[in-house]
Parts: sequence; C-alpha cells; structure tokens
Amino acid sequence: MSASTAVKNSGPTAGASGRKPRKPRRAGWWLPYALLAPAVIFELVIHVIPMVTGIWMSFLKLTKMFISNWGNAPFVGLKNYQVALDFDSAVGLGLLKSFGITVAFTILVVGFSWGLGMAAAVALQKTFKGRAIFRTLFLIPYALPMYAGVIAWKFMLQKDNGALNHLIFDNLGLPGDKPFWLIGDNAFFAVVIVAIWRLWPFAFLMLMAGLQSVPTDVYEASAVDGAKPLRQWWAITLPMLRPVNMVLVLVMFLWTFNDFNTPFVLFGGSQPPAGDLISFHIYNASFLTWNFGSGAAMSVLLLLFLLVVSGIYLLFMNRRKDNA
Amino acid sequence: MHDTTGTKVFRVVTIVLLSIFTIIPIYVMVISGLKPLKDVQGAFSWWPTTLTVQPYIDMWKTVPLADYFVNSVIVSTVATVLSLIIAIFASYAISRYSFRGRTVFSTTVLSTQMLPGVLFLLPLFLIFVNINTNFGLQLVGTRTGLIITYLTFSLPFSIWMLAGYFDGIPRELDEAAKVDGCGPMRALLKVILPTARPGLVAVAIYSFMTSWGEVLFASVMTTDANRTLAVGLQLYSTQTNVYWNQIMAASVVVSIPIVIGFLLLQKNFVAGLTAGAVK
Repeated sequence: MSASTAVKNSGPTAGASGRKPRKPRRAGWWLPYALLAPAVIFELVIHVIPMVTGIWMSFLKLTKMFISNWGNAPFVGLKNYQVALDFDSAVGLGLLKSFGITVAFTILVVGFSWGLGMAAAVALQKTFKGRAIFRTLFLIPYALPMYAGVIAWKFMLQKDNGALNHLIFDNLGLPGDKPFWLIGDNAFFAVVIVAIWRLWPFAFLMLMAGLQSVPTDVYEASAVDGAKPLRQWWAITLPMLRPVNMVLVLVMFLWTFNDFNTPFVLFGGSQPPAGDLISFHIYNASFLTWNFGSGAAMSVLLLLFLLVVSGIYLLFMNRRKDNA
Repeated sequence: MHDTTGTKVFRVVTIVLLSIFTIIPIYVMVISGLKPLKDVQGAFSWWPTTLTVQPYIDMWKTVPLADYFVNSVIVSTVATVLSLIIAIFASYAISRYSFRGRTVFSTTVLSTQMLPGVLFLLPLFLIFVNINTNFGLQLVGTRTGLIITYLTFSLPFSIWMLAGYFDGIPRELDEAAKVDGCGPMRALLKVILPTARPGLVAVAIYSFMTSWGEVLFASVMTTDANRTLAVGLQLYSTQTNVYWNQIMAASVVVSIPIVIGFLLLQKNFVAGLTAGAVK
C-alpha cells in the first residue's frame, strides 16, 4: 500500500502526539487523514449515499414501474409522509398500530432482558463451584446464529406438535384447548418471549463485565455498617454500573426497536397483526406492494423518532451525570 | 462477606429458572434433529422413542445446504476481514491523533448504529439495481453485493469497538516504539496490534457472528445462486411437508462452529466489548 511506504519514509516526526491539539501543518499532518481514507470511502458508499438516496426516495412516487429506472419517478413532495401520517387512511393506521406494538414490544423486551441479565450477573458475581458452567450456558442463546434460535422457538410454538403446548397441557395438565401461538393475539407474547431469550444474555454479558470492576471491599465495608444485600445493590452496585447501563440500555433499545429478524423468522412471510413490528411492517409495505417511496418515508419517520428519543436520553443522562 | 439465606435463595432460584429458560429451546433443537419425520409431525415428546441420524444425512439433499454453507462462510469471512482492516486504520487515527474532523467522523460512525437496517435496504437495493441497468454490473444476487451490505453494520461497530480498545493501550508503548526509531505505521503493526489482539479477536467474532446470522439483507439481496444459511434454512418448509427434524438438524450444524468459536474466545469477547463500549 502506498500510504504505508510513504509513512515509513517520513520517519519519527510523524509519530503519535497524544490527545492535545497539535500545532497545525506539522510534518505528517495528513497521516490521520490517510489512515481514515478507506473508512471514509466505505462510509460514503454504505451509509451516506444510501441514506441521502433514501431521503430523496421518500419524496418520489416510486412504484414498481420505476424500480429499475427511478430517476424518472415523479416527484410528489411530502405526499408519502402525508399518507404515512394520515391515521384515517389504511396506510397511516397500519403504521400507527405497528408503531404502538413496537413500543410495547421494546419496553417489555428491554425491561425483562435488563432485569434477567442483572439478576444473573448478581447471582454469578461471587465465585462458587460450577460458576463457569452457568456463565457459559447463559451465553449460548447469544452465540447461536439468530435464525437457528428463533427457528427452534418457532417449532416449540407450533399448536399441535409444539413443545410449549405439550408442556402446558400434557405435562402440567392445565385445562383448556391448545392455543395458537404464532397466529392471533398470542403472537405478540410469542415474539416478546423469543426476543427476550435472545437479548438477555447480552445484558448479562455487559453487566457481568461491569460488576468485575466493582471492588469487593466496598461491599465488605458496607456490610460492616449493617447494609442488607438489597440496599447494597441499590446503593453500591447500581451506581457503579451507571456507565455500563447508560450504553447498554440505549443499545438494547435501538436493536429491539429496529428488530426485523425475530418477527421475520418467527412468522415467516405472513405476520399476524399482533406481531407486526415496525421494521417488518416497512419491509412489507415496500416489497409486497412495491411502493418504495412510501417505505422510504416510513423509514425516515422511524429514523427521526429514534434520533429524537436517543437525543433526549443522552441529554438527560449527561445532565444527571453533571449533577451527581 | 457471608451469604444470608435470602441471597442464597435468590441465587439458586435465579440460576435454576434461567438455566431452564436457556436450555429448553436448545434441547428441543438437538433432540428433534434426531427424530424420524413422523415423530416431529405428531405430538411432541421430551423423550424420543426412536433416535436416528437420518435427518443429518437427508438435510443435505432436501436443500443444497452445502452450497449455502460455502456462501455463508465466504461472505461472512470476507466481510469480517474487510471491516477489520479498514477499522484498524480508522480506529488508530481516532485513538492516537487529534485532527480536524475527528469528532465529526466518530459521531457519524456512532450514529449509524441508530439507523434501522430497513432504511439502508431499500436505497441499497435500488442503487444495486441501477448499477446493473447502467453499468451492467450485477450486485443483487452476488456475494460481492452481500458483502458490501454486511459492511453497513460490521464496519461502524468495528471502528467504535477498536477505538475504545486502542484508547486503553498506554501511549507509553507508542512512545517507546518511537524512541526505537519506529514510524507510526510500524508502531501500529509491531506494538499496537499485538497488544490489541484480544480486542481484534472480539471485533472479528462480533462481525462474523452478525454476518453469519444476518437475515434481512440476505433475504432481499440473494437469489438461488448465492443464498446464505439464514435464507436456506427457511426452504425446508415445502407445500406438502415441513421437515422439522431436518431443520433442527441443520440448525445444530450451522450453530456448532460459531458457538464453539464464541465459547472458546468469550473471555476476549467480554474484554473487547466492554473496553469498546463502556469507556
């Protein structure tokens, strides 16, 4: 690579100078730019250009006729947005319902995943015999290829030959008829449980790593002062985990809100209305009806929503940090 | 610190319940992959009456699983290596230099984490179609096209994680290399990269895992010629039959390499992930 040979010739003057602002135009000032160049080029190709294109698409009437030649698609301004936000129309109402389902889904999945991850991390905080086994076991759902885990659940949730109904009605002997899990209203709970199963090990992993940085003598000192475990968790563990939690909750929120894979694999092509999560909804709106302009407008609305929520979250978190 | 009865009960209950929750789907997957077809079509049973490895033989014929395996390996490996190489240089620049545009670049990279995949899917699909119409270069339905789309999630995460990891490597190491007469590129290659090995491993695992498990882009950007496992596994459902035993057997086979790899290297992964994410 030409950049690296040039750098070698420039010698030690181009060396790292730390975080403080360097004096401008020193020898080798271009080096970081050269290092960054491949990343910038790829970022342009994979993120910036598609995003600009996507925003542009959202102003076009981009139907099947114009797919291979979308330069000729008619410009319709904010029409796609109007339709998406007109809750009296079928399209707008569908988007609104899907949004509501996704909000409920996200709150449940992130909440439970965090709770289970935290419980497991605390339970495995102290060493005991066999700890490594459980640690490894709990990480398996995260390590499995996502579709393999979800397909196993899909099989378990079959009405007649699924393990779940067998467990509830044949093994535990609960009265009643075996319900459908992947059709009808139950589909919501099905997708929530599967998503939690996949996500909670990630919370566990992050929180476990965070707990390792909490010095044990803090606990010992507080125990001498008579602090109960729950109080210790509230007064020591939780504050110490603040930096981890800040990132963890945001990342889990974004992943869950944008989750396409879980409903797509769980329900196949035809999702039940109760499991119509928003990424999946936009995908169907675009590829089933081949109306890409409308799908792009919905994507942009989703993006704006996520940006606003993430922005508020980060502002709020940073202010609390300053006050602390 | 001694455990109170309360903490002991909490620990046991937590571990038992979470173990059951974790294991059941995995057990169902493994056991059903060893059942004859008629046993997975009837009522479920925890203890199979007949055990057979036949599904593991049949699954290669029902769908061209081996072809999908090869495609997945190639696409995931190339996407991983490519994003790792690009990310090494970019993260080194972000971690070790201050320059105009540094904040803009790192904020941009970070914020792409927020973007829904579906937002990129539609434009990328259209851009690929257009490139095909105007330049005759086929991207939809090729491995190259799939690799490019996989970079949309693996590259920003790699840059983000590695920059955090490089930050944790003491600057004194670079300085020492400089004193020994190393230029910055040699310092990167000889000092930083060997020290950052756990971080590099973590990033590689993450990229590979997400590419291996990716469904959204794979289902739109692939055709018969370049299907990945993620899409191929859906094809065991025909109009007449759903070969659940073969699906479960195939799921076990596609999971084994990645689960073993992950479990062997999980210490690196934890260290790399938290160094990159928490700082």
